[in-house]
Amino acid sequence: MPWSNQSGGSGGGGGGQGPWGGGGRGGSGGPGGQPPDLEDLIRKGQERVRGMIPGGGASPAVIGLVIVVAIAAWLATGFYRVQPGQQGVALIFGKVVNETIPGLRYNLPAPIGEVYTPQVEELRRVDVGFRGAGEISSRRSTAERDILEESLMLTSDQNIVDMDFTVFYQIKSAREYLFNIRGQEETVKVAAESAMREIVGQTTFDQAVTAERQQIEDKTQELLQKTLDQYGAGILIANVQLQKSDPPGEVIDAFNDVQRARQDKDRLQNEAQAYANSIVPVARGLGEKDIREAEAYREQQIQEAQGEASRFVSIHDAYLTAPDVTRRRMYLETIGAVLGSAHKVIIDQDSNGSGVVPYLPLPEIEKRQPRTGARTSGNQAN
Amino acid sequence: MSKIKFAILGAFVIVTGAVASSALYTVHQVEQAIVLQFGKPIRVVKEPGLHVKIPFIQDVRMFENRILNLDPPEFEVLLDDKKRIKVDAFARYTIDDPLKFLQVVFSESTARNRLGNLVNSALRRVIARASLTDLLSAKRADLMNQIQAEVTQNAANFGVKIIDIRIGRTDLPTETSQAVFNRMRTEREREAQELRAQGTEQAQVIRASADRDRVVILATAKNQSEQLRGEGDGKRNIILAQAYGRDPEFFQFYKSLTEYTKHLVDEGTTMVLSPNSDFFKYFGNIDGIQKKN
Repeated sequence: MPWSNQSGGSGGGGGGQGPWGGGGRGGSGGPGGQPPDLEDLIRKGQERVRGMIPGGGASPAVIGLVIVVAIAAWLATGFYRVQPGQQGVALIFGKVVNETIPGLRYNLPAPIGEVYTPQVEELRRVDVGFRGAGEISSRRSTAERDILEESLMLTSDQNIVDMDFTVFYQIKSAREYLFNIRGQEETVKVAAESAMREIVGQTTFDQAVTAERQQIEDKTQELLQKTLDQYGAGILIANVQLQKSDPPGEVIDAFNDVQRARQDKDRLQNEAQAYANSIVPVARGLGEKDIREAEAYREQQIQEAQGEASRFVSIHDAYLTAPDVTRRRMYLETIGAVLGSAHKVIIDQDSNGSGVVPYLPLPEIEKRQPRTGARTSGNQAN
Repeated sequence: MSKIKFAILGAFVIVTGAVASSALYTVHQVEQAIVLQFGKPIRVVKEPGLHVKIPFIQDVRMFENRILNLDPPEFEVLLDDKKRIKVDAFARYTIDDPLKFLQVVFSESTARNRLGNLVNSALRRVIARASLTDLLSAKRADLMNQIQAEVTQNAANFGVKIIDIRIGRTDLPTETSQAVFNRMRTEREREAQELRAQGTEQAQVIRASADRDRVVILATAKNQSEQLRGEGDGKRNIILAQAYGRDPEFFQFYKSLTEYTKHLVDEGTTMVLSPNSDFFKYFGNIDGIQKKN
């Protein structure tokens, strides 16, 4: 029945849902709109009926049937579906008559009835201090833009901190959310900003950029929830998330330099420690080496002395058996050995009374310097 | 069924429709209505739903029933402690008495202007008595309550009820911000320098300690090694003295011979000798009788 749509005046049945949470059915212009003109609708319906029956003359029975069918069709458009995650709020003549959970529901169709189905389980977000199209996970993407007048705030020690944060919220009560406040998202944002500034204003700068971030989030969430509850906004703050809590851009270099200085400090200490680690063990090694060498020297002296002593004792013992002969033998052998390799000049002083003046060719002697050092006495004697 | 009959039916339907649409009106959940008779307010309807009025004579004006939002622009204030600051406040309000609202301000935009002025002047008055420290402390909530109390009284004159007034931004003006930034910067520069100096200090301590340790370790080792060497030398002397002490005369003889061997047995040693020595005892004389000098 193509004409049934027009007769009811209800545009696309089933209820298109705007982002705002339903937007109402039947295109009745939302809250504040004038009720559609009934007479206009009826007239249109009649014109339509006339157009369908050639020849013009229609019987009352046909007209009656058409009207009944039209009304039935119109009533049938009152079915609506509340999707999972949505909550339905049904109004009749602008007054809330029913709040429904997901499923197939019925309310009188437009223009009498009206249905809103906001997404109550959807996690909505409001960004403060920056604008970014990115999702929660994509932090600080290039598309994001800092809004300094929102993000710069005073801390309790009168420093300035650059805070970006995101508020996640859900609809706690669809009815309160829809009908108690106007400009829901803006309200959340302004209240969040105010709450954050109040909390940050009671926190010192150092706490704000380091240790107390979690507390700031928690306190802001609490205060924001309290404020919104006071408005009866029907909003549940799920989470307040600090995206950034930094020194402002003008001074960030100085702050980064502090970090660098901290690194430098560690580096200097490490370098010095490395130096210490390199020289102390070397010194210990050198010391040990010295001691070991000295020990070796001591042992050497003792052992050699003992050896020398034993040798002397043995020779002496042997000597005592025949002292005179041994003495002479030793003497002659030794001198013989000494003279054997020496360049000898024998001058008899007494043979011619006046004697010769020995001429010593010293330069020649110089030439015949001993090439080898002193021989050890080890292979001598005995 | 004649065409006249049909026309009459049609006319009836049209007239009924016209009367009904003029007599009936709906008040939406988010609205409240004032019924006017020839422009004169008759009654206020806050209950949402379908309502009836006298057609063509009475008229209806709708007002918001929700909590409304007002965010006047920020402005500068001189605080009690002579600090300049940029503040803004925002208000949440409802149209509590639509009748007064209609009579005094007539429309929402006029109301917003008036309320904005009220909020800002109250903000200015209250803030000017406070210091920046107050604003940055738990006292901020008190200040907000004071502002709210002041505005609530005045706003009631045009039928507006204040739900909440909160201070939004409290920022320093640009030139003051620069001063704050400079202070923050110099504070951090000081900190950075201190850290670096501490690093140098500790590095020097570590290096000097290491150097000291090295010297001490080497000296201690030297101490021990000298003791050991001395011990060795001492023991050697004792051992040799004991052995040689058995026969000092023979020792002299033996040692001399040993030393001769050690130092003179070398090729190229030139010796100028006298045949009178013991070695040459038999050199010129078979009896071994030496010449007397």
